[in-house]
Amino acid sequence: MAQETTYYKPEDLKKFGNIGEFEPDLAKKFFDYYGAVFADGALSAKEKSLIALAVAHVVQCPYCIDAYTTDSVEKGVTEEQIWEAIHVGAAIRGGASLVHSVQALNKVKELGI
Amino acid sequence: MRSLLARGSELASSKEQLKILTEVSGKLDLPSFSDKLKEAALYPLRPTGVDILQVNVGKLCNQTCKHCHVDAGPDRREIMNRETMEECLVALATPGVNTLDITGGAPEMNPNFRWFVEEASKLGKKIMIRCNLTILLAGEKYRDLPEFFAEHKVEVVSSLPYFQKRRTDAQRGEGVFDRSIEALRKLNSLGYGIPDSDLVLNLVYNPVGSFLAGGQSTLENDFKKELKQVYDVQFNSLFALSNMPISRFLESLLESGNLEAYLEKLVTAFNPVAAAGVMCRNTLSVGWDGSLYDCDFNQMLDMKIEGKISKISEFNKSVLDSREILLHQHCYGCTAGAGSSCGGSIA
Repeated sequence: MAQETTYYKPEDLKKFGNIGEFEPDLAKKFFDYYGAVFADGALSAKEKSLIALAVAHVVQCPYCIDAYTTDSVEKGVTEEQIWEAIHVGAAIRGGASLVHSVQALNKVKELGI
Repeated sequence: MRSLLARGSELASSKEQLKILTEVSGKLDLPSFSDKLKEAALYPLRPTGVDILQVNVGKLCNQTCKHCHVDAGPDRREIMNRETMEECLVALATPGVNTLDITGGAPEMNPNFRWFVEEASKLGKKIMIRCNLTILLAGEKYRDLPEFFAEHKVEVVSSLPYFQKRRTDAQRGEGVFDRSIEALRKLNSLGYGIPDSDLVLNLVYNPVGSFLAGGQSTLENDFKKELKQVYDVQFNSLFALSNMPISRFLESLLESGNLEAYLEKLVTAFNPVAAAGVMCRNTLSVGWDGSLYDCDFNQMLDMKIEGKISKISEFNKSVLDSREILLHQHCYGCTAGAGSSCGGSIA
């Protein structure tokens, strides 16, 4: 039998609903909250799906990328919208690193370089 | 691309398709559709009445779409003859049968198509045509079809898998999107799909890949906005349909390794409300040779209706209204999520 090379298994995504096996009350609270978050509101469910997809890339959650790519496509988004959402996530992630360079800049100046 | 039949594919056999669905369901330990209906107190599934007569006038088509559940194409020769159409008209004249829904293939390629519509029109019943759009540009003999449809107030229902070229052409063939837009503009120019017009133009959305259709109203808004802004095209309603795991879509699922995941998804998304409103309950499907089925999908799987009546020539509404609808695992395709019917979402 081939050795498993990753902790991540696509089929485990389907088991997400089982996480309440040992702590059902907290799991229920989470899933109720989760369902409410993704319902149509001031933002449409479709917009929320794209936000989730961008965040999934930033937090590098393979399960979330799988789920929200599918969910976005089901909600009718275009490939262009998917990739723009991913780039928004990437830009914030890259920007979050670069904006800290202000601290480096300050330090360089403080050191009188 | 040629049809499964022309390629000699094993999947051209309805028995083979049903065998695959049974085997995969067993392997995944998926409940039978009948058991699922029992849980929902809907078994045995019975008609609410024959409100719609859906007549498949043949498998000949000018397109060979990747997901076609009919396995239609230019190489198919099964065509309904005029005698069988006459029998359909007798059935259509029955009180309580209100709509004629003509499908194919490309139904317009049947040589008796116009005669059939003219005769049905005289009966004063609602007439729907499942038009693939590109047939309207397929040659001189089809060019005046939009005017013909308008003259008989035929409701046009046209597939357009997406409001962009890439996905549409991937499913329906290279160049189909551009020609569909041209045909839609022609229909619009006659009043089809225009607000306050009595000429109805509805579009059918079905997913291009192995995923389900999302919310119909959201999709309809997206389609309306994009088609109007980018192509100056209008339509009335969008019907969101799921792809049925049979025929060429089954082939696509098998080739992409997505069959198991797709079936699981359909079963997980089973919706009892959608199940209560499935189209087979108010529709009778007629095959090109006059055989009767509960729906167009059962027709393609050669699952003829149960009971004494087997042909449209024997049509008896009260007997047919009390029949038991035949079920198999593909029926999950109509009951997933918001449900799927020839008229779009159910729940």
